[in-house]
Amino acid sequence: MRRALLIASPYLWLLALFLVPFAIVLKISLSDIALARPPYMPQWHPGDGLVALGEFLGSLDFENFVFLTQDDLYWKAYLSSLRIALISTALTLLVGYPIAYGMARAAPEWRPTLLMLVILPFWTSFLIRVYSWMGILSTEGVLNQFLTGLGLISEPLQVLNTNTAVYIGIVYTYLPFMILPIYSALEKLDDALLEAAEDLGCNRTEAFWLVTFPLSRTGIVAGCFLVFIPSLGEFVIPSLLGGSDTLMIGKILWEEFFSNRDWPVASAVAVILLLILIVPIVLFQRSEEKAREAAK
Amino acid sequence: MVNETRFAPWDDPEARPLIQFRGVTKRFGDFTAIDDLTLDIYPREFFALLGPSGCGKTTMMRMLAGFEEPTAGEILLDGRDIAHVPPNRRPVNMMFQSYALFPHLSVWDNIAFGLRRESRDKAAIEARVEEMLRLTRLTKFARRKPHQISGGQRQRVALARSLAKAPKLLLLDEPLGALDRKLREETQFELMDIQEKTGTTFVIVTHDQEEAMTVASRVAVMDEGRIVQVATPEVIYEAPNSVYVADFIGDVNLLRGTARARPAETAPEDQPQETQQAAPDAMPEQVPATKPGDRRYQPNALGMRLHNTLARVFGAWIEDEPKRLPAPEPAAAPKPKAAPAPAPAPDIPPGGIEIDWAQGQPAVIAANGEPALDGKPVVLALRPEKVSIAKDRPVAPNVLGGKVIDIGYLGNISTYHVQLSDGSMVKAQATNTRRIARRDITWEDEVWISFSATAGVVLAE
Repeated sequence: MRRALLIASPYLWLLALFLVPFAIVLKISLSDIALARPPYMPQWHPGDGLVALGEFLGSLDFENFVFLTQDDLYWKAYLSSLRIALISTALTLLVGYPIAYGMARAAPEWRPTLLMLVILPFWTSFLIRVYSWMGILSTEGVLNQFLTGLGLISEPLQVLNTNTAVYIGIVYTYLPFMILPIYSALEKLDDALLEAAEDLGCNRTEAFWLVTFPLSRTGIVAGCFLVFIPSLGEFVIPSLLGGSDTLMIGKILWEEFFSNRDWPVASAVAVILLLILIVPIVLFQRSEEKAREAAK
Repeated sequence: MVNETRFAPWDDPEARPLIQFRGVTKRFGDFTAIDDLTLDIYPREFFALLGPSGCGKTTMMRMLAGFEEPTAGEILLDGRDIAHVPPNRRPVNMMFQSYALFPHLSVWDNIAFGLRRESRDKAAIEARVEEMLRLTRLTKFARRKPHQISGGQRQRVALARSLAKAPKLLLLDEPLGALDRKLREETQFELMDIQEKTGTTFVIVTHDQEEAMTVASRVAVMDEGRIVQVATPEVIYEAPNSVYVADFIGDVNLLRGTARARPAETAPEDQPQETQQAAPDAMPEQVPATKPGDRRYQPNALGMRLHNTLARVFGAWIEDEPKRLPAPEPAAAPKPKAAPAPAPAPDIPPGGIEIDWAQGQPAVIAANGEPALDGKPVVLALRPEKVSIAKDRPVAPNVLGGKVIDIGYLGNISTYHVQLSDGSMVKAQATNTRRIARRDITWEDEVWISFSATAGVVLAE
C-alpha cells in the first residue's frame, strides 16, 4: 500500500499540476469567445446533467486552430520565437562554456565560491534584474554613458527595445542553466585523460577538441535544452527589453489573453506552443537516458 | 643465479644509456621531490622505481613523460636533453595508473588515437592497430567501449595504446594496481613477455616490491627524493646496502647491536660457548657433500664469496634439516656447559664480526661482516626464510632460544614470531611440508631458532 502510494505520488503530481490544467486549456481552446464571465462559451457545470454535457461537447470545435493558420501573425511569431530561442541558446553556450570550463579548471578550493557566484543572481527577483537591464541599456543608460564618456561613440546606441536587448536578456537570465550542467560534466573529467592525449601527441588545443569537448557533450546538450525550452515561450524579456518589432509567441499569447480577452485563441496558441515544445523535451529526456546508460 | 650471457648493460662500460638523469632536482615550492638525482637507464631494460608513496618515484616518471619540468639538472634521452620538451614531442609514452582510456572512443579508436596524431596514412594505422590488438589479445573487443570490457582488458588496452606509437621508452605508472592478485601475477608475466617481444625500454613505477622484483631487470629503491640503491632484484634482496632497503624489501629481522671483529685466521675450534653439542652431519654452512671435519676450503676471499653465495642459495634449505631430524639424545639441558663436546662443533668461517645485540643473548656471528666495523653500531638484517626453527636445539653458528608467540599461516609457508628471553621478537619461516594438523610447532612452544654465520647482511647503522 505504501509502495503503491510512493509510486503513485509523482503521477498524482503530474495529473494535478499538468494534465488537469492542460485539459482545461485544451477545452478553452476549443470553445468560442463570448462577452461573458468567463469570456468563452459553451459552459458546462456538473449540475447540468448528461444531456447538457453531450450538447456541450458537440459545440466544441477547432475553429481557433484554423484561425491560427489563417492569420500569418501567429506562425511568424512561432518561427521568430524559434529563431530567437535558437540564437540565444547558441549565444548562451558561447558565453557559458568558457565560464564553466574556467570553473572546472579552477583550484578545488575556489570551486564552491565560483558556483555560489553563478547561483547568486537567483536570490534577486527575476523581474528586478530584467528592469535593471533596462537601466543599463537605455539611451541614457549606464552603457551609453560609459561609452560616450570614453569617447568611443558620439551618439547613444539604440540597444534597448531591439532584438539585441532580448538576446542580452535571455543570455543573462539563462546563463546559470547553461553553466551548471556543463560544469558538472567538466568537473568529472579526469585530468589523466588530457595528459594521456598530450602524451599521445596532441597539443593543448587538439586535446581540448578531441577529449574535453566530446566528454562534456552531455552537459552541453542538457544546458542547451534547459535554455532553449523556457526561452521559446519567454514573455517577460521580450516585452520589457524587446521593441515593437520583436515578435515572440509568449508576447502574442499575453496580448491575446489580457488585451484582447480572447481566451480561446490564447489557449490555442498555448496548446500549439506546448506541442512544439514536446519535441525538444522528448529529445532531451532521451539524451539524458543515454548519458545515464553510458555512465554505467 | 649463476650467469651465462646475461643481460647486464649496466656492467658494460661500452653500453650507452638510453636515459640519463644528471643532477636532476625538482622542487614544488618548499618541498623537494627529487634531490640532485643521477641515474642511467639502458636500452631494453625493464627498470623499476620502487618506494613508498611520496618518495618521488611518480615525479621522476612524470618528468620522463614531460608533465613536470626539472627545477635543475638535465634529463637526456639518447644523448639529447629532453628536460623541457613538451610531452607530445617526445618519443616516450605512458601507461597511466587509471589507464586514462578515452571513454567516448572504442578500443580500436583508443589504440589508434596516437597514430592518428602523426598523420600516417590510413592503411598503416589500421595495420598497426591490428598488430597491437593481436599482441594484447584484444581483437575480439576492438569495437567495444572501455566501459564494456573488464578491468584486465582495460589494462591491456592501455598498454596497447601506449605501445602503438612504438616509443623508445614506455612508462608504466602502477600498471597493475587495479587488478586482483591472480590477474596481477598473470599480467606481470605478460608484461615481461611483451617487453621482450617489442624490445622497448620499460620504466615501471610501483610501491609493490614483489611486482618490482618479478618484472624488473633492475630496481631503484627510492626514499625522500633520493635513490637509495639501484641493483638487480637479487642484489637488492640479498645484499641491501642500507637498513632502509632491507626493511622496505620483503620481511626482515633487524638485530641492532655493536660489532666486534672476529679473528680472521683462527682454527674453527674457537667457538662461542653456546654452540657445542651437535649431531655430526648437521652442517648448515656447507654443501651437503662436505664432511664436518674435512676442511675442504681455506677461506680466501674468492672461496668466501663462493661459499657465501652457495650458503645463500642452499643455506635456508639445509637449515631446515635439523628440525626434521629426530634428536637421538636430549638436547642442551643434560649436558654440562663446560664439558668438552665429543662431536665437532659447527663449522664457522673465520673472520667477520660478532654482534653484541641484546642483554642476555649470545652475540650473533656474521662471518660476512666487515671487521673494520669493530666497535661500531651495526644492524644485522636477517630474512625470516634464512632463519630455521626447531624444537630441538640444532647445531648452527647462531642459535637462540625462545617461545612461539604467533604463527602466520600463509599456506605454503608459515612465519613464526618467536620471542626471545630478553623480549625481542625474531621471525622465522618454514615451509609447510606437513599438513597443518601434524605441525609439530605451535603457540607457546619453546623453540630454537638458528641461522648460519652468513645468513644475515651486516649494515652500518
